[in-house]
Amino acid sequence: MDFSVLTDNWPQILNGLVLTLKLWLGGTLSGLALGLLLATIQVNSIGVVWHAIRGYSAVFRGVPLLIQLFLLYYGGPSIGFVLSPVAAGLLGLTIYSSAQFVEIFRAGFESVPRGQIEAARISGLNRFQILVHIELPQMLIIIVPSLVNLFVIMTKETAILSVISIPDLTAVLNGIGSTTYAFAETLFALAAFYWILLECVTMAGRVLERRASRYLIR
Amino acid sequence: MIDLFLTEALPVFVDGIQATLFYALGCLVVGFPIAVLICAMRMSTIGPLKALATVYISFLRGVPLMVQLLISFYCLPVLGVNVAPWAAALFTLAICTSAYMAEILRGGFLGIPYGQIEAAQISGLTRRQILLWIQVPQAVRLTLPALVNEAVAMVKASSLISVVGVLDLTRAAQNVASSTYQPLTFYTVAGALYLVITMSVATGGRWLERRMAAGRR
Repeated sequence: MDFSVLTDNWPQILNGLVLTLKLWLGGTLSGLALGLLLATIQVNSIGVVWHAIRGYSAVFRGVPLLIQLFLLYYGGPSIGFVLSPVAAGLLGLTIYSSAQFVEIFRAGFESVPRGQIEAARISGLNRFQILVHIELPQMLIIIVPSLVNLFVIMTKETAILSVISIPDLTAVLNGIGSTTYAFAETLFALAAFYWILLECVTMAGRVLERRASRYLIR
Repeated sequence: MIDLFLTEALPVFVDGIQATLFYALGCLVVGFPIAVLICAMRMSTIGPLKALATVYISFLRGVPLMVQLLISFYCLPVLGVNVAPWAAALFTLAICTSAYMAEILRGGFLGIPYGQIEAAQISGLTRRQILLWIQVPQAVRLTLPALVNEAVAMVKASSLISVVGVLDLTRAAQNVASSTYQPLTFYTVAGALYLVITMSVATGGRWLERRMAAGRR
C-alpha cells in the first residue's frame, strides 16, 4: 500500500471530510428539531393530524434514503423545486431522520404518566411549561439511548450522499481511487474514517446516557 | 401516460422488484447461518475466537454498507478476487447483515435465565440438546421483533447495490426515469413499491410474533 495518494490530495480530502461532518450534524440536528416539533403536535392532537403525522413517519421510514434523495434531486426540478446537491442532501437527511425522531419522541411522550400532566395542568402550568418542565426531562432519560443510536445510524447514512454528486468524503476518496487506481488505499482510509467516527459518537453517547440518568443512581 | 407505463416501465419494474426481493431475502438466508456462527464465537470463552468475532462485528457495524460495497466492487478485483456482480452484491449484503444479526442473537441468548440451562444439565440433556431445544427456540422468540426490523432494514439497504451497477428496484427506477424523462413519477412509483414491500415484511413479522407467542404459557 502506498499512502502518498492520500497525502498528495489532502486539501481535497479535508474538504470532503468537513462536508461529510457538516451534513451529518446539520441533517441530524434539524431532523431532531423537526421530529420533536411533529411529535409535540401529534401527541397534543387527535384524528386527522395524528394520523397524518403517523403516515409521514411511516412513509419516510419505509422508503430507502437513496430513493428519497433521487426524488428530491432529480424529481424536484420537474415541479420547479430546484435544489443544489448539498441542499438536497441536507433536506433528505433532515426528512429521513425526522421520521425516525418522531417515533422516538412519541414513545417518550407516551411514557410520561398521564396523571402527572393532569396534576401539572391543575397546578396552573401552561402547555409550554408542562412540555419543558414535566415531560421533556422525564422522557429524556428513557429516550437518550434511542437518540444516540439514531445519531450513530445517521453517520453511516451520509456515505450515500455522494450518489447525488455531493463532494463529500466518500465522493472525494472514490474519485481519487478511480483516477489513480489506488482503491485499496482510499477505501481503507474511508472505512477507517467511518469506523473511528462511529466509535467516537458511540463513546460520546455513553457519556450522555450516564449524565441523563445520573439522578436515578443517587 | 398509462401506455407509457405499461409498455416501458412495467417490465423493468417487475424485474426490479424480483431482484430486490431476491437480494433482500437471499442476504438474510445466507447471513443467518454466518450470524449464528459469529454469535457463537463472540460468546465463546476461547480468547482468539472471541476477539475475531468482536472485530468482525465492530468493523461491519462501524463502516457504512455503501463503503463495504465499494470495497467489494473496486478493491477486491484489484487484489485479484473476481466474482460476478450479483454474487458480490449478495455476499456483501449477507456479510453486513450477519454482523447485525449476531449482535441481536447474542442479546437473545443472554436473555435466557441461566437457571434453565442448569436445570437442563441436571435433567441429563447434552450440550447439543440444550442448545437446540432450550436456547435457540427461546433466543429466536425473544429476538424476533429485532430480526424482523433487520429484515426491513435490509430491504431498504439493498437499494445501495444499484450504486455499483447491480439491477434492483432502484436501478430499474433510474433506468425508466432517465429513458422517459419523468423522474418524479417513477421515483415516486419506486418509493411506493418499497413502502409496500417493507410494510408487508413488517406485517408478516407481527403475524409471526403472534404465532410464536402462542407457544408461551
